[in-house]
Amino acid sequence: MSDVKIMVCHGTSGLSAGASEVYKKFEEELDRQGLLDSCELIKTGDRGYFRDVLVDIIHPDTGRVTYQNIKPKIVPELVERHVKNGEIVKKYSAKKAYQDFFAGQKRIVLRRCGEIDPENIEFYLKDGGYKALERVLTQMRPEEVIEEIKKSGLRGRGGAGFPTGIKWELCRAQKAQPKYVICNADEGDPGAFMDRSVLEGDPHAVLEGMAIAGYAIGSNEGYIYCRAEYPLAIKRLKIAISQAKERGFIGEDILGTDFSFDIKLTEGAGAFVCGEETALIASIEGKRGMPRPRPPYPAQKGLWGKPTIINNVETLANVPTIILKGGEWYASIGTEKSKGTKVFALAGKVRNTGLVEVPLGTTIRELLYGPGGGPAKKMRKIKAIQIGGPSGGCIPENLFDTPIDFDSLVGAGAIMGSGGLIVLDDSTCMVDLARFFLSFTSDESCGKCFPCRLGLKKMLEILNKIVSGNGELKDVEYLENLAKSVMDTALCGLGKTAPNPVLTTLKYFRDEYEAHILEKRCPANQCVALLKFEIDEEKCTKCGSCFKACPENAIIWEKGEYAKIIKEKCIKCKACIEACDFMAIE
Amino acid sequence: MIEVVSEILENYKDSGSLIKILQEIQNNLGYVPKEAVDEVSMKTGISPSQIYGILTFYSQFRLTPPGKYTLKVCLGTACHIMGGHEIFEHLKRKFGIMDNETTEDGLFTLTKVRCLGCCGMAPVIMVDDKIYGRIDISKTERLIDDFK
Repeated sequence: MSDVKIMVCHGTSGLSAGASEVYKKFEEELDRQGLLDSCELIKTGDRGYFRDVLVDIIHPDTGRVTYQNIKPKIVPELVERHVKNGEIVKKYSAKKAYQDFFAGQKRIVLRRCGEIDPENIEFYLKDGGYKALERVLTQMRPEEVIEEIKKSGLRGRGGAGFPTGIKWELCRAQKAQPKYVICNADEGDPGAFMDRSVLEGDPHAVLEGMAIAGYAIGSNEGYIYCRAEYPLAIKRLKIAISQAKERGFIGEDILGTDFSFDIKLTEGAGAFVCGEETALIASIEGKRGMPRPRPPYPAQKGLWGKPTIINNVETLANVPTIILKGGEWYASIGTEKSKGTKVFALAGKVRNTGLVEVPLGTTIRELLYGPGGGPAKKMRKIKAIQIGGPSGGCIPENLFDTPIDFDSLVGAGAIMGSGGLIVLDDSTCMVDLARFFLSFTSDESCGKCFPCRLGLKKMLEILNKIVSGNGELKDVEYLENLAKSVMDTALCGLGKTAPNPVLTTLKYFRDEYEAHILEKRCPANQCVALLKFEIDEEKCTKCGSCFKACPENAIIWEKGEYAKIIKEKCIKCKACIEACDFMAIE
Repeated sequence: MIEVVSEILENYKDSGSLIKILQEIQNNLGYVPKEAVDEVSMKTGISPSQIYGILTFYSQFRLTPPGKYTLKVCLGTACHIMGGHEIFEHLKRKFGIMDNETTEDGLFTLTKVRCLGCCGMAPVIMVDDKIYGRIDISKTERLIDDFK
């Protein structure tokens, strides 16, 4: 027996499921059996399959086998049977859902996530890491680099979709010095987590992309603005930066050329609006993160008033691969106007949650029923998706054949945004969802311009009125007018797009608004003020799930009997409604 | 406390680093007390009102001491539709405190947070630096008991 590799997923999701305990147990067990020297035990980043601890064993006799839901107590058996004897332990190997999840994907940005140890630069180097930087510095002029990126058709992955090559070209043309490269790692959109996984799973790809961008525009200094909510990403970035400096991929005279490039890490302090580029710049400068009108664009006047490009994590992580494989290769993937792949963060009421990377132009249905595996619960029906975060909108089931790319979704009232995709089923109230987004954006509004500061607050008040059962029909009209005014007059992207969730829910789910207003009823059984907290015996299957979920012992139930809610004890926490698979609680 | 602040100020001298200075102070003291603000203002010449402008703009900063454990309930989109809001409301009721307040025994500070980026495991709560995914009200109850 020789050369057995064992990989344990160590991303945020793996760690929360107990990956470090599993890793420790492997260490102990291998040591106990005297196998430590003949095995390589690797901590990888997240693979993007958000369920439990994943372990891969690569053995000369079996090839690579993925195991899922691994607990420390299973480890001795895996070591004994697989590592030692080369026997696949079928009962723990990854299930069909796992295979389906990866089957339809094309991984470019994510290809190393979950495959390499992100805290050890050797793994990145072995996989062709920093080869693109080497090629750029030794064989290409900056103009040629920009040309290659333009040829690839790469567009910004943070949401706006501006062509990356053109952004670089604009900045290169500026005479002022110094220039700056900023990596926007302030992934604030609730529902998006691809940047976190890339930073945690393959940080060097981002650093390499930044250095290439620096060379292309003529800059020697880069900043990564990473949100403070991502402690693991920050830790791994720090390690990656120091290793890359040690090996001479960042710093003075890189790879023996006269190009120097330094990267600094700035931690955000918790403000959604700092995802907006001018606000982000203000924040790096140590000020309140408030946007300013554009033009001048950051490419002309950015950080400290100097030409600056701001690229998102996923955009930069694409760059090294494009340089190595060529712009034409990248442009052959995707649709005519949206090239390449995009990572989507699949979450909500869907069976498989996690990161899915597919060619642009894949339809919503293909995504949900392929890698997504359909609805989370058999009894429920997927009724819509919400895409693009608080700036995006919802798309109902009858439009699920729409391809996902930069342009098609706009026609349906939504945007692709940074790729957060939340799946909604018949237990999600669309009015409450709109209210949720408005409470988010009005909370996060920086307060600089009044359409956003006051307009969103007013919209939120109306939505609160509707979900509490006090809405009137004229409120809907008022809401629509207000939404349009805010869109037309707000200063930055936050305010201009914040009404989208309201407008799209009104467009596709007006009936739900009307049910709240006219019938004082919430069709999805979510709005507390409109709920009776009574069991519908026609729907109740006597399963007792609600009884077990109730934290206040306010439900009486016995096997074979209908459940009953004691109103005096009920605190209306909705734990029973969440637990009921049959929507039997009204 | 003043010594800690002075030391941090020594390490960050250029003007763009006000946020970093305040983050460093909070990392050391758990919050940014009034005395620290005065000290920073005196040493850097930045007015206290500007410093409070930063402190109150960014949700990360605290002006009061935190409890022994900080309990962050994620209220991102995925967590919202998977029941995160109900967990938050339950904890508020259970502890008898509001968002960003600390329990009387000084054990828990409860805050809401806008997306921890773990939407695949929604709903999620974070206790200090550790994330707990796919929780519900009864799991949260058990978790809290473990910390007591």
